[in-house]
Amino acid sequence: MQLVQLSDWLLDIAFVLYVLASIVFVVAMTGKNWAGRDPKQHELKYGRIAYWLALIGFIAQTGYVVFRWVAGGHSPTSNMFEFMAFLDYCIILAYLIIYRIYKLTVIGAFVLPLGVIMLAYSYVFPKEITPLIPALQSYWLHIHVTTAALGEGILAVGFAAGLMYLVRTVPQDVATKSTYWLEIVLAVVMMLAGFIGMESTFSRLDHKTVFELSKEQLNFQGEMEKMKVEYTLPAIVAPEGSKIVQAGPMAPLFTAPSWMEGKDAARKLNTMIWSVISGLVLYGALRLILRKRLGAAMQPAVKDIDPELIDEISYRAISIGYPVFTLGALIFAMIWAEEAWGRFWGWDPKEVWALIVWLFYSAYLHLRLSRGWIGAKSAWMSVIGFVIILITLVVVNLVIAGLHSYAGV
Amino acid sequence: MDQIKCKCGHANPVGTMLCESCGRPLELEIKGEASFPDMRYEGMARRSQTYSRTIIDRIWNYFSSVKVAIGIIVILLVASAIGTVFPQQQYIPVPAPTEPDVARFYTDTYGKLGTIYYTLGFHNMYSSWWFVTLLVALGTSLVICSLDRVVPLYKALSKPRVNQHKSFLKGQKFYGEAELSPETDTAALVEAASAALRKRGYRIFRNDQAMMAEKGRFSRWGPYINHIGLIIFLLGVLLRNVPGFYLDEFVWVREGQTVAIPDTPYYVKNVQYHTEYWKEEEMAQELDLKGGAIVKSYQTDAILYLNKNADLPGSTPDLVEIKSGPIVVNHPMEHEGLALYQTGVQEMQLGALNFVLVDKKAGNKEVGPIKLDLYNVSAEQQVAEGVKVRVLDYFPDFVMGKDGKPATQTNLPKNPMFALEVVSEEDNTSEKLVYLSGSVITGKEDSRYTLDFKMPDLIDISGLMVRKDKAVPLIYFGSFIFMVGVAMGFFWQHRRIWLQFHGTRVMLAGHTNKNWYGLKQEAGSMIEQVKLPITIEDKSKA
Repeated sequence: MQLVQLSDWLLDIAFVLYVLASIVFVVAMTGKNWAGRDPKQHELKYGRIAYWLALIGFIAQTGYVVFRWVAGGHSPTSNMFEFMAFLDYCIILAYLIIYRIYKLTVIGAFVLPLGVIMLAYSYVFPKEITPLIPALQSYWLHIHVTTAALGEGILAVGFAAGLMYLVRTVPQDVATKSTYWLEIVLAVVMMLAGFIGMESTFSRLDHKTVFELSKEQLNFQGEMEKMKVEYTLPAIVAPEGSKIVQAGPMAPLFTAPSWMEGKDAARKLNTMIWSVISGLVLYGALRLILRKRLGAAMQPAVKDIDPELIDEISYRAISIGYPVFTLGALIFAMIWAEEAWGRFWGWDPKEVWALIVWLFYSAYLHLRLSRGWIGAKSAWMSVIGFVIILITLVVVNLVIAGLHSYAGV
Repeated sequence: MDQIKCKCGHANPVGTMLCESCGRPLELEIKGEASFPDMRYEGMARRSQTYSRTIIDRIWNYFSSVKVAIGIIVILLVASAIGTVFPQQQYIPVPAPTEPDVARFYTDTYGKLGTIYYTLGFHNMYSSWWFVTLLVALGTSLVICSLDRVVPLYKALSKPRVNQHKSFLKGQKFYGEAELSPETDTAALVEAASAALRKRGYRIFRNDQAMMAEKGRFSRWGPYINHIGLIIFLLGVLLRNVPGFYLDEFVWVREGQTVAIPDTPYYVKNVQYHTEYWKEEEMAQELDLKGGAIVKSYQTDAILYLNKNADLPGSTPDLVEIKSGPIVVNHPMEHEGLALYQTGVQEMQLGALNFVLVDKKAGNKEVGPIKLDLYNVSAEQQVAEGVKVRVLDYFPDFVMGKDGKPATQTNLPKNPMFALEVVSEEDNTSEKLVYLSGSVITGKEDSRYTLDFKMPDLIDISGLMVRKDKAVPLIYFGSFIFMVGVAMGFFWQHRRIWLQFHGTRVMLAGHTNKNWYGLKQEAGSMIEQVKLPITIEDKSKA
């Protein structure tokens, strides 16, 4: 019990340190031209502080992983919270490795905020240590999930570097297709941040809306009762054919279309609408304050970085992450599936999406190595690749049910 | 014309871009192109780039194109994604035994889109003819792409050239040159540069005026090795279609029962089944499970038998015990490639009905117990001295048939119906009783006997999946080779540095297939150590 407490604290400490490191990294990059400063000295000094903050945060998170592993008796990769936190751990680890190779401050300015968002996202899910269901009781849980997460973490660094390349190189003096799409990518990041902000605020406020559905299900006492759906966020969309049992802060504006299947479909749609709204509000506010495109505002901070080097870092991260991902998410997965389900491959949605990620990065590598897709094309692909990874990790678990669906939000 | 003659006099095979002897670009002179040819195979001839006359050449050329390979990959990727939009037929959550049921499921659940999905056959996408064709095409592309390139690569790598032609060096992305003072000792410089690079792990090829340093050549084989791994993998997948290589069966075995495993000489007995739940004290944290529980294990204690008479059709099975032990999720029972997996369970199913026969005429006296085993009905049983019960009829899953006669829907005892006859030997009378849905119907109004209900025997029925997959070792082997290949190709890089002196001019060039940053650092530190007055120009930036 105390170990669990300790591991929770360590994770909180890591989170705070990552936030601080992100801020210092941004200061290191944007403050270079403040009055009376030597830009090189400034970047070096603050970059070093930020790096150490990230490193200590990483050590704290290592403590979290170890203590939670000991307390729970299994690697902390068995539910959505644990997995997202572990993925974040791998992203930071991959960052530390790549930083040791290239010693480039700006990498941290892109990867650490990504790490903060991923860790904050994990906090949205239930945090309890749950005992393992039979399907997860295998040492392959430790091997398969951790290796897959490590591969995805390294690929995430490839994405961060790709995004950095785009911010650095997409010309911002005129509006083009590239600036448009870059803004969309940044707006989507804002939506993720908005979702996390809304979800964590409202779960503390306890302004629940509870709906009763017309469908019935068996409860644990063996009686039939009406299904209930609980919204943490204010309800914009009500489930079809439902009535409100406990009113929330606002009355729903419309009902979800009937083709949306599943008990929680309307709630997920509601969450998505709020994410889009809050993301757009955040994005709009930033645009109003900055009075230019976000990409244009970020560009000066990275303008003296060699784009070819960032391109290479992105490619390097992907070429290291790809074999690790293949090993963890496909090969180990096949061996475990053979042992647990008696077939190494069953076209379960999660398996298919892992294959899609793999096919996509295979295409990336072939395009780069034999068709000369370097620079911008390659950077856009690294961004799309990460979006596919997120679909695999999040959408497949939460939307498409399958053998892999964890108990989650 | 089978050969191209270079200015230096060497005769090269058709398609060669750089002279095999002196390295002078050949195509450049023929076509007058401004750019330097692709460096990947050092200008060696590639079959696909050379011939295109016969149909085989055309097919070869088509599949040797990486563009085509990428096209196939992308189509596979998109198709795979579409296949997850709605569940595949094998994963639909409700039983749909017939094709119209399946169609109805997609229409009812997903509306118009579901109908389209079903009509296009996307509900069985991954085994559809076109998806399999795509996989075969990808395999073909893998084989041809590899063969087309591995030959020239082998030729190129086995003959490293120290004296590359000047235009070759100048053509490199990584290049620098400088003028030296006339009294420079070039041989000493070559020596010093060689020593510096040798320390970094380079292999040195040299003569007095020139040097080539090379490292990580083996990494160039990485892509071919990983493609061979993939080919082995795909062969393994194809092998599963060969009879005898792959077996996929499912058996339900109730406690105490022994059943034959289809298509094998084996039998399996379910000794006992039980589900275990996590106890509260075993949990790391207190959880609010809302009255539920979390399963700890599904376990069948089983015995595997071999039927020694399996080869004699019609003979009685002669079972020999081979293995016994628990089968739990993640830990199948294995014997010579055959594996039994704990896959499903039906708990608390009716196993036998228990009654007590009551004699109403003797003041409701209990005559004796009756057990009706639902799976193994005995035709007659002795209840007490002089009293027997006969089973006249048994319908495990009773329905009233359309012809007005009783019938059974399935062989499973979901709704058992018994017609019984109680025979009393003392007075030589018999009486009929019918048991159905928890009630007893007697034949006469003032019958002598009736039945009192007792707790029925409940049993667990365990679902065991039986698999044999002889292709699995090959599939794992292919995966292993693939990993070796990608690790070689991505974690090491082939780096080469050329240093040449032409009179007082020094030329330095470098090439790598990956990680230019690393090459620049190594070459840079060598330049610094040897104090060459060269600044490297990076042509890609120009």
